[in-house]
Amino acid sequence: MFLRMIGRAVTRRKRKFLMTAGTVALGISLATAMLNVMLDVGDKVNQALRTYGANITVESRGASLLGDLYGIGEGEGVADKFLREAELPKMKTIFWAFNIVDFTPYLDVRAEAEGIGGVTLLGTWFARRLDIPTGESAHAGVINLKSWWDVQGPWLDDDDADGVMVGGLLADRHKLRIGDRIRVAVEDRTGEKRGAELTVRSLFHSGDKEDEVLLAPLAVVQRLSGLEGKVRRVEVSALTTPENDLAKRAAQNPNSLSRHEWEIWYCTAYASAIAFQIEEVLTESRAKPVLQVAASEGTILQKTSLLMLLLTVLSLACSALAVAGLVTANVMERSTEIGLLKALGAGDGEIVLLVLAETLTAALVGGVVGYVAGLGLAQVIGQSVFGAAVSAKGLVVPLVALLVLAVTTGGSLPACRMLLRLKPAEVLHGR
Amino acid sequence: MKNILELHDVSMVYGSVTALRNITLSIRRGEWTAIMGSSGSGKTTLMNIVGCMNKPTHGTVILDGEKISRLNTKDLTAIRRDKIGLIFQEFHLISYLTAVENVMIAQYYHSMADEEEALQALERVGLGHRAGHLPRQLSGGEQQRLCIARALINHPKLILADEPTGNLDESNQAAVLDIFHQLHGEGSTIIVVTHSPEVAEHAERIVQLEFGRMVRDGAPARSMVA
Ligand SMILES: Nc1ncnc2c1ncn2[C@@H]1O[C@H](COP(=O)(O)OP(=O)(O)O)[C@@H](O)[C@H]1O
Ligand SMILES: [Mg+2]
Repeated sequence: MFLRMIGRAVTRRKRKFLMTAGTVALGISLATAMLNVMLDVGDKVNQALRTYGANITVESRGASLLGDLYGIGEGEGVADKFLREAELPKMKTIFWAFNIVDFTPYLDVRAEAEGIGGVTLLGTWFARRLDIPTGESAHAGVINLKSWWDVQGPWLDDDDADGVMVGGLLADRHKLRIGDRIRVAVEDRTGEKRGAELTVRSLFHSGDKEDEVLLAPLAVVQRLSGLEGKVRRVEVSALTTPENDLAKRAAQNPNSLSRHEWEIWYCTAYASAIAFQIEEVLTESRAKPVLQVAASEGTILQKTSLLMLLLTVLSLACSALAVAGLVTANVMERSTEIGLLKALGAGDGEIVLLVLAETLTAALVGGVVGYVAGLGLAQVIGQSVFGAAVSAKGLVVPLVALLVLAVTTGGSLPACRMLLRLKPAEVLHGR
Repeated sequence: MKNILELHDVSMVYGSVTALRNITLSIRRGEWTAIMGSSGSGKTTLMNIVGCMNKPTHGTVILDGEKISRLNTKDLTAIRRDKIGLIFQEFHLISYLTAVENVMIAQYYHSMADEEEALQALERVGLGHRAGHLPRQLSGGEQQRLCIARALINHPKLILADEPTGNLDESNQAAVLDIFHQLHGEGSTIIVVTHSPEVAEHAERIVQLEFGRMVRDGAPARSMVA
């Protein structure tokens, strides 16, 4: 009979039912959207910030030491100043492998170009498919890493043996255009000169020092310089957790941490922890977080999350208020009905249950509709604000269910208090 | 225990208004009593006290051997549910439930909904064919008969009707009175509040209230119904 009453109340009082459901749907859709965006926004903001560059750079330990001590720059190659290209896929096997969004190796050599003079020839990966030791595959390369570069013409292919991309400043100075051919000569480690004729496939502006280089596939530069299998530097873009005290201490000296602290640090996606893990897999390497970027990522992330949280709370509070209004109006409108039920012997608890069950039914329908709408809204927000899809987080479902419950019971509270105070004698005799 | 209801020196004061003043009254089992009086004379107040919907400010009320004048709301609710059948001037039917469901709701809060029995109760007041209709699809007389069926469904010891015919035309009034006669014949105790002498004439006993005082208690002058 209880269910029958609820069923009747729902089907024969459709308008009221839909209004309550709609109110809940509105609040929940906002909450769903915000929660999804919020839980995903860390990744999104990081990805947005990734635009500003790699946040970890890896060099060979020797090169790093020399560079730090004597300010020795490019060109003075010795064997132990390089990283091994063959080891790079191992970076995708570290604990935080999935947080490594992209990376690319660089090998720079001095070259003599006909009609231009001395120039840096920079080799890199463009878009390489990697076979990872775990059996999976991944992609890495400069095309993704430097997605904001302004390229006229196509990006190079990694297999392109005689193509080159020319940095914008260099191209302007020497009036180089797409299709031009450039003869370059590189002196290898034995002092022997190797030459090649390269075709300009495209021009690019990076807004950085790359605007002065000739950019070619890594293999080409390695062959010309006799540095097969060698890499001078790797730029890594990783999603990182904001640095805190622990991370700062670890960055200075990992040995200063207690065993327990060390484990926490190691298993948190701090830039320093990821860098440390990269050093573990690349022989004789030194990985350094680019700290400014990591820090600003953290701050922006925290502020954005806070804003989202505020919006969520506000939207829920609003819908709880609206539900409260609707349920209260509903109870007031039906006060004689409720008085009658009391007169017929219904206890306070039974009536509260009836009203709650009715409201919850509406809220449930509204909650489901709101959740689906919220997922859509999250996509809209994701696309318009972050230019990326927001993935639906499973965690949001139980959260939303809880919120529906909280909003409805919270919203029904004032009405329930009214219900309890209502005396049948006062409503049934038309005074 | 011959009396189903005994009131001793019952008074009801609402702030400065004294709605009932020192009422002492006994009602026998099976008796049909009419309570008369002009508007504001305290009839509804009395019914609310007898119907366990309100407690008097003074005096004792004994219903079916139980002193109800000092019970708490919860116990009053239980007694009302088990012993009293209420009929209202404004029917108070639940608009989104069908006729039979409106009867079943009383069963549900009393013990257990039983559609068969509810249908029989509708048959009894001549509404068997209207069981699936919503209250708004019924005429005033039909609605009141439905209200009576609901009041009777749990076999109450005492039937209280506050102006049951106040909203009805003459033929519907007659139909309702017919049902009361039938119930009376079967031994039900009925208290009907009315300000219509015509309706009161049908009862065995008339109690007259004025400004909260009992001013008359006796058999009706049978002349009009004879
Ligand atoms: N809840 C109440 N609060 C204040 N005064 C009331 C209340 N109920 C009834 N009264 C007063 O008590 C008197 C009797 O009312 P009532 O029993 O409803 O009369 P009747 O039903 O005979 O018309 C009236 O003066 C009315 O104003
Ligand atoms: Mg009255």
